[in-house]
Amino acid sequence: MSNPSASPPKAVLVDIYRRMKQIMQNDERFRAVIKAGKIIAPYYSPRGQEAIPAAVSVNLTDEDYICTIYRGVHDMLAKGVPVRELWAEIAGKVTGTCKGKGGPMHITHPKTGVMVTTGIVGSSMPIANGLALAAQIRGEKRVAVAYFGDGASNIGAFHEALNMASVWKLPVVFVCQNNGYGEHTRYELATSAKKISDRAAGYSMPGVTIDGNDPLAVYAAAKQAVERARAGHGPTLIEATTFRFHGHVFGDADAYMAKGEKDAAMAKDPVPAFRAWLLANGHSNEGELAGIEAGIEKEIDAAVDYALTSADPDVAELRRDVFATELSA
Amino acid sequence: MSAAKPADAKKPMNTIQAVNMALAEAMTLDPNVIVLGEDVADGQEGGIVGCTKGLSSKFGTSRVRSTPISEQAIVGAAIGAAIVGMRPVAEIMLMNFTTVAMDMLVNHAAKLRFMSGGQTHVPITIRTMTGAGFGTGGQHADYLEAWFAHTAGIKVVAPSSPADAYGLLLSCIFDDDPCLFIENMPTYWNPGTAPEDGTRIPLGQANVLRAGEHVTLVSYSRTVGDCAAVAAKLAGEGISVELIDLRTIAPWDAQTVLTSVAKTRRAVIVHEAVKPFGVGAEIAARINEELFGQLKARVERVGANFSPVPFAKKLETAFVPGQASIEAAIRKTLG
Repeated sequence: MSNPSASPPKAVLVDIYRRMKQIMQNDERFRAVIKAGKIIAPYYSPRGQEAIPAAVSVNLTDEDYICTIYRGVHDMLAKGVPVRELWAEIAGKVTGTCKGKGGPMHITHPKTGVMVTTGIVGSSMPIANGLALAAQIRGEKRVAVAYFGDGASNIGAFHEALNMASVWKLPVVFVCQNNGYGEHTRYELATSAKKISDRAAGYSMPGVTIDGNDPLAVYAAAKQAVERARAGHGPTLIEATTFRFHGHVFGDADAYMAKGEKDAAMAKDPVPAFRAWLLANGHSNEGELAGIEAGIEKEIDAAVDYALTSADPDVAELRRDVFATELSA
Repeated sequence: MSAAKPADAKKPMNTIQAVNMALAEAMTLDPNVIVLGEDVADGQEGGIVGCTKGLSSKFGTSRVRSTPISEQAIVGAAIGAAIVGMRPVAEIMLMNFTTVAMDMLVNHAAKLRFMSGGQTHVPITIRTMTGAGFGTGGQHADYLEAWFAHTAGIKVVAPSSPADAYGLLLSCIFDDDPCLFIENMPTYWNPGTAPEDGTRIPLGQANVLRAGEHVTLVSYSRTVGDCAAVAAKLAGEGISVELIDLRTIAPWDAQTVLTSVAKTRRAVIVHEAVKPFGVGAEIAARINEELFGQLKARVERVGANFSPVPFAKKLETAFVPGQASIEAAIRKTLG
């Protein structure tokens, strides 16, 4: 772990771990349940990227907004979306966050500030600007975080959004989770910039590249960016480097990766690494962490049961929420 | 169904003034109404044709923001602000420029209510102008309303007069769904009857501009004026035309149109957009589905030539549906 001087208090460290481990355990169960055929859904595993939203989110409250993307289950869980409703949505059930009408790529949960999840690469950023704009006009202290991947920094929306956010000094934090691949194409083949954060200079905003598997580095960068945004000083671009352990979409054969690349990345799994660090540095003890882990597992057991036993949405839902007024049959 | 009856003493007003009046009124009524777009603030002359002139001076540049030329960012910012309760009016200067913001419009504005299971909604109004007649060629004058009408979750509104522009724009701004508001550029400066202060025109309701017995003429936006001229001319020959201005293209007022066609048993649909796959095709299909056995003639459609909008005046004039083609279509239905 880097930069221990910026280390947050013990309670925050443990909270970051809880969020990371919650993401990891949920991901493991999602893959198992989908593999078993009990839930049929496109699934973009965030395994390996846990530290980023976990360490960002402890700097946010329910009043703060996030916009995330199809690989966003970790961002949602870290922001506090209830596990039960998340599972039910991914199962396409009426008890899901979105009544089963959005699915894994469109989870929305305004109570915890998860305002938009998009399946379109790059689209989280322009909308996060709008959330931040509302806060700015109203004189609120809310901050909006836009999560996106390295591939999204090559689409026009990224450039339009960063430029506008900078011109208007919007309270937004752009968090790029650079996992080295845009779909199946390696970073270097698709991206001209040595670092995504280099692009911040073009928009006159601070840009930093940090180890996204190091919760302390993520925490420190996010804290600074969130404080800057809250103080009205404008946006920041954070590039957090990481690796996705299960490819682009669940079932990915990883044939496009160099041999050994994934194994090497998985050997540096951020979740057990942070656990070991917490214990080694006396920030927690085995009993506390085991208790947290058991609690998460219990929560997941209940969520899976809830999701699998909940009812499907009524077909009449096809006429609802298209417009404010229900369409006639 | 009919437009508010204006006070006789009122001076005529053009569409630019009517739009400006509606925006000012909405901003006065609700602090959540904001205006975003290229050049919209007074420092940039209040819009390319002046629709937003005076607004930033009155309401401040926090609420009336000139933007970068970044249509995705403009619509994205409007969407984000809308889902947390604001009512942004985003100006996309020309309808052809909506094409560079289609992801935001189609994948997000139109769908977030549904995809979120009704937890969020997007009360934005996108104002945009278009229309052939100014020699702007192939990328500044298209009518693309069918693209949006084909997308579930977005309302499409196209006024044909200054008073309608005022009343419909207010309704769009205070509607809880995303609305695309199409203004015709070449007729911006045409004077019309001034609207009554505060009179909103409901969305989804057509306006029967002229009652008639022999044929139903359905149109919206600029071509309503041509239709009215043709109807007046044919009245002199004893041909009685019922003219319906849809006002809202999506969701369109099928009931008013079908009731009229059930009476006249003939229908002609007119729009400036190109004819193939246009709004006229949907309306004709619906008339066919509902009134097939009652029709005295096949439904006629009049639209622009299936080509990009041309530049040369002679070509541009031939491209748009003129009064002669509307008249010919009506006569065709009369046999």
